[in-house]
Amino acid sequence: MTASSNGNLLSVKDLCTYFKTEDGTVKAVDGISFELRQGETLGIVGESGSGKSVANLSLMRLIPDPPGKIVSGSIVFDGRDVLELTPREVRDIRGKRIAMIFQDPMTSLNPFMRISKQLMEVTQLHLGHTKEQAREHAIKMLETVGIPDARERVDSYPHEFSGGMRQRVMIAMALSCQPELLIADEPTTALDVTIQAQILELIKRLKAETGASMILITHDLGVVAGMTDRIIVMYAGKIFEQAATTELFERPGNPYTRGLLRSVPDPTDEQGSLYQIPGLPPDLAHLPPGCPFAPRCDRAEDLCRREFPPYVELTPGHYSLCHFANDVFAESADQV
Amino acid sequence: MEASAQPLISIRDLKVHFPVSGGSLFRRSRQVVKAVDGVSLDIYPGETLGLVGESGCGKSTLGRAILRLTQPTSGQILFNGSDLAHLSNSAMREQRRHLQIIFQDPYASLNPRMTVSQIIGEPLDTFQLARGQAKKERIQELMEMVGLSARFLKRYPHEFSGGQRQRIGIARALAVDPAFIVADEPISALDVSIQAQIMNLLDRLRRQKNLTYLFISHDLRAIRHVSDRVAVMYLGKIVELADGKTVYKDPLMPYTRALISAVPVPDPKIEARRRRIVLEGDVPSPINPPKGCRFHTRCPYAIDICREIEPQLVQIKPNHFAACIRISPEEPDIDRVAPGAAPGLQAHAASSTA
Repeated sequence: MTASSNGNLLSVKDLCTYFKTEDGTVKAVDGISFELRQGETLGIVGESGSGKSVANLSLMRLIPDPPGKIVSGSIVFDGRDVLELTPREVRDIRGKRIAMIFQDPMTSLNPFMRISKQLMEVTQLHLGHTKEQAREHAIKMLETVGIPDARERVDSYPHEFSGGMRQRVMIAMALSCQPELLIADEPTTALDVTIQAQILELIKRLKAETGASMILITHDLGVVAGMTDRIIVMYAGKIFEQAATTELFERPGNPYTRGLLRSVPDPTDEQGSLYQIPGLPPDLAHLPPGCPFAPRCDRAEDLCRREFPPYVELTPGHYSLCHFANDVFAESADQV
Repeated sequence: MEASAQPLISIRDLKVHFPVSGGSLFRRSRQVVKAVDGVSLDIYPGETLGLVGESGCGKSTLGRAILRLTQPTSGQILFNGSDLAHLSNSAMREQRRHLQIIFQDPYASLNPRMTVSQIIGEPLDTFQLARGQAKKERIQELMEMVGLSARFLKRYPHEFSGGQRQRIGIARALAVDPAFIVADEPISALDVSIQAQIMNLLDRLRRQKNLTYLFISHDLRAIRHVSDRVAVMYLGKIVELADGKTVYKDPLMPYTRALISAVPVPDPKIEARRRRIVLEGDVPSPINPPKGCRFHTRCPYAIDICREIEPQLVQIKPNHFAACIRISPEEPDIDRVAPGAAPGLQAHAASSTA
């Protein structure tokens, strides 16, 4: 396993991915920068339309063009800019060195193809396995992800498996080639809580065993709390806050993050009315001038509605996109 | 809610079974999905009763059966002096004025060809509650009540976001001034910041209009927040019932404990030191549910007799009911029960002969 000299496996700079729509240009991802260290798990949190999934598809060059386009920026993976690779080179990386797990295993597995064949394809293509080798490897991977009677069930079709089992198959497929980077986009959102707990434990264990780095994309603050080292909070295509996981939860430096944290009911706590962020997520084709969160922000002032906020470094590695980042950061320290 | 109050709705031994065809093309076998299989439940005026469970446990079917959107197979649903399960269709339509439902998917539950004003106005026409100017005013009043600007009257559902559509669905349900609303996963399809808005809205309306809710969700955090009492469902049965705080803080059933421990907490420190009970396997198929206790296939406390005897929901502590033969009022903590013992067995023998 290799990484560039600074220890970063992945380094994203000023990435912009825009979509042309009838409504105008939608800046789904608009100038985001972040780094992923070797072995680290990074959480990307946001609501629908925040750009978290587009950011992740951009990393793999999976943006449908048209209407989408990565208009600028760089994505340096292991020393090379993914955006400058040939389609063939990208294919070599995708599925082998960078693997993905999607939200819905029913739509990401081919319903007409036996599980065995789908798993074998990956290693035959990327690792040059013979049919026999690939089959043995497929069975081994299914065992690794905890599918009982893997040898008997390897020739099943996806519909013969439950949702949780299908997600295990997806994980087996993603890990088949021992990827250096695993991108999991809402991997447990379609699953029941008890199954979610199983899958999260599995991902945690396998990640520890293989030493892979991971990007975990989710809307669920509970999931990132237990799984990640660092978190990026996205809103309207921008990174609103970035911090180590414990610091983000303890001392959020952005009003949006703070609002999100407060609006999750805490079952251990007696509380009356739940805190709510007013208003609606923004229309990306018609963003207001100034801060995109200002219309919903409880502490927005005229400045926020006029000028785009600065990206403030609060403590080393903790950034917040807010005119009043320092004040918000200080306030959340008082509340502890 | 007072313990002595008369229930608004009393459900008695309700069963909803669906026939499914199985087997091969030439050898059809008739099988039955027991989606709801003997549920008894009282819902009191003014309360929010939370109904929580995993997918396929029958919670939505139960909610729909109360409104007869799904025909019950047997059992009673007592409301307003009549048994909804056995009313004629026309008599049931009359009762629906008092019983409404809010659906999970605000995209699928609103007619895309109708304007907001037509959607909210439809129940007013159906029950002939208002006409002309009065109807128009009532629609505007309802929209304001749920936090929608009356400017949007002539708009179509696709012009709204998910949270706004859910507000339209709520306004439609409120149009007939119902006494009881089934809220079937009303926030599951919404963003986190919008979920809080809808939960607060439902709570405010309940207090303002003295509504009674059956709040169905798979989300324990939401259930805990909105509910006075919580019923936990597993494979067609209620397995635990108590007030929301107790279910969360002091669950009796191994299943409820596992369910609670599976919910991730948005606090990295708690997550780091939490010991999670990870259940093995999936929820079994409701076509052939396991014999005896339906949870025994996944239960870490199961003993041989759990595979034989089907536990009844009995009162273990005051107003705290659970369906497990391994606990009893004398020994409510399953961790302190002697290995292999089933202190609740006696009570079950008594209740099954009674």
